[in-house]
Amino acid sequence: MLKVLIPSGALGLNYDKAALERGLAMKPDIIAIDGGSTDSGPAYLGQGVSKYARSSTKTEWHGLMEARAKAGVPLVIGTAGTCGTDSAVDWLLDITREIADELGQKVKIAVLRSSQDPAKMVEAYENGRISPLGAAPEIDAETIASCSNIVALAGAEQIAAAIDTGADIIIAGRTTDTATIAALPLMRGLHAGAAWHGAKIGECGALCATNPQSGVAMIEFDDEGFTVSPMAEDSAATPHTVSAHMLYENSDPFVLYEPGGYLDVTHAKYTALDARRVRVTGSEWHKTSPYTVKLEGARVEAFQTVLLVLLRDQRYVENAQIWADDIHQKCCAKVEDRMGLATDDYSIELRLIGQNASFGALETNHAQAPEIGVLAIVSARTQALAEEIGQMLNPYLLHHPLTQEEEQPTFAFPFSPASLNRGAVYGFCLNHTLSLDDPMDAFSLEVITHG
Amino acid sequence: MANLREIAYKVRSKNAGPFWLTVDIFCGSVAAFEQITMGLSTERVARAFGVESATIKRFEIPSLNVVKFSLPRPAIQGAINDRDMHGASWAALLSEVSLN
Repeated sequence: MLKVLIPSGALGLNYDKAALERGLAMKPDIIAIDGGSTDSGPAYLGQGVSKYARSSTKTEWHGLMEARAKAGVPLVIGTAGTCGTDSAVDWLLDITREIADELGQKVKIAVLRSSQDPAKMVEAYENGRISPLGAAPEIDAETIASCSNIVALAGAEQIAAAIDTGADIIIAGRTTDTATIAALPLMRGLHAGAAWHGAKIGECGALCATNPQSGVAMIEFDDEGFTVSPMAEDSAATPHTVSAHMLYENSDPFVLYEPGGYLDVTHAKYTALDARRVRVTGSEWHKTSPYTVKLEGARVEAFQTVLLVLLRDQRYVENAQIWADDIHQKCCAKVEDRMGLATDDYSIELRLIGQNASFGALETNHAQAPEIGVLAIVSARTQALAEEIGQMLNPYLLHHPLTQEEEQPTFAFPFSPASLNRGAVYGFCLNHTLSLDDPMDAFSLEVITHG
Repeated sequence: MANLREIAYKVRSKNAGPFWLTVDIFCGSVAAFEQITMGLSTERVARAFGVESATIKRFEIPSLNVVKFSLPRPAIQGAINDRDMHGASWAALLSEVSLN
């Protein structure tokens, strides 16, 4: 029997302190938490930064470092700093050192790095080691070389290597959501299907139970299966909440690919042990060969300038699409005439918030709102170009009339200046695997003693 | 005919990574599950989302009274033509589809 305590779905999302205490009283073997995913979008990976506030991260990590010292077990975080690049790992390492000093803790820290050198990835691509997953974009060597950041997702093997150092704290770069939880049960030789399935159920903390905001969950692993217990008093896991969690953010609710194999839960059995705890058996792990890890990469796609203007005049609200289409056509003609740009060099998009900004032509609900926000998005190869196009668009958004006969209208800009430079816009450009001879080939491990 | 949202207990949509979108329909009862599995074709979902139906994976899970659809994201997450970073609103669009 081995217990993994999971404080929440991600560091930065907060956790219930009383529930964490209850978990600590059950004497866990390890405390594991996730630090991010791709879900917040490509800019975090592209820039190699965290989405959460440093002060929130520090407050929550402080609580977990205290919990670790109290429990005397390792504390592991995967995908540190939202995106898990080396820069994000260093950001959390810096916070960790600061907290250790404040608490007077002497700690052994294992740092697992997942960032990849684009030049080496180009070489791997040319050697046939990089293969596309479902719905992967077309890539070539240039795509890979142009990434500002590429990370490989560590699995249980790399986390196990970090745990094996005897570290108190493990700060891992990009890791699969499940690997930090599955690693220790697998190291102890417990049921592999249960290790991965329990890890998937637990990776979002108490999201697999009622009162998901409470965060804290305990997963107990053994030779045949696992047991899920939420730690907040008012939170309950039921066979329904637990099995339904396999749907969450998974394209396939029965099969989950991980480094080195895949989990199949088609024949899993979910049984209520009591009103709050669920026992799961029958999960299967299948090894695959060669050993592969998933790659994520982001690169600069464009630079953007955005403007927002509000239409409240009823006639303009009713004719917003005609108005926007006319501005688009006239402004593009002016951009090409005055700036000498070709159609492919830039784009202007006017999204009508209150009409169809979510779905464009796919929108089926044509109810009319009292006002419309027009979100103008200018994309170009450089920020200077995007800004200049935004300046050209500005007078149209402020004054463009539906007809030439009428008095010049004026619309509502909420800001001055009316345009905002968004800077670089990043795009995800890899959905591929990298095959490795040894799981540690794409990762590095460093052990630091602090204090 | 009734809209999906009038029959289902809950419809949610999320990213399943940057390249996939997944929509979970929690039907809430065996009767609703049967009505939705019969009345909501994969072709109808494809039309609502403006994609080819062959690209959509359909899962019917009677133990949960859930119908799930997964498809390559109509726009890659965060791309210049993406309107919804977390794929959150697709559920609302599908909720307003009328069942056969």
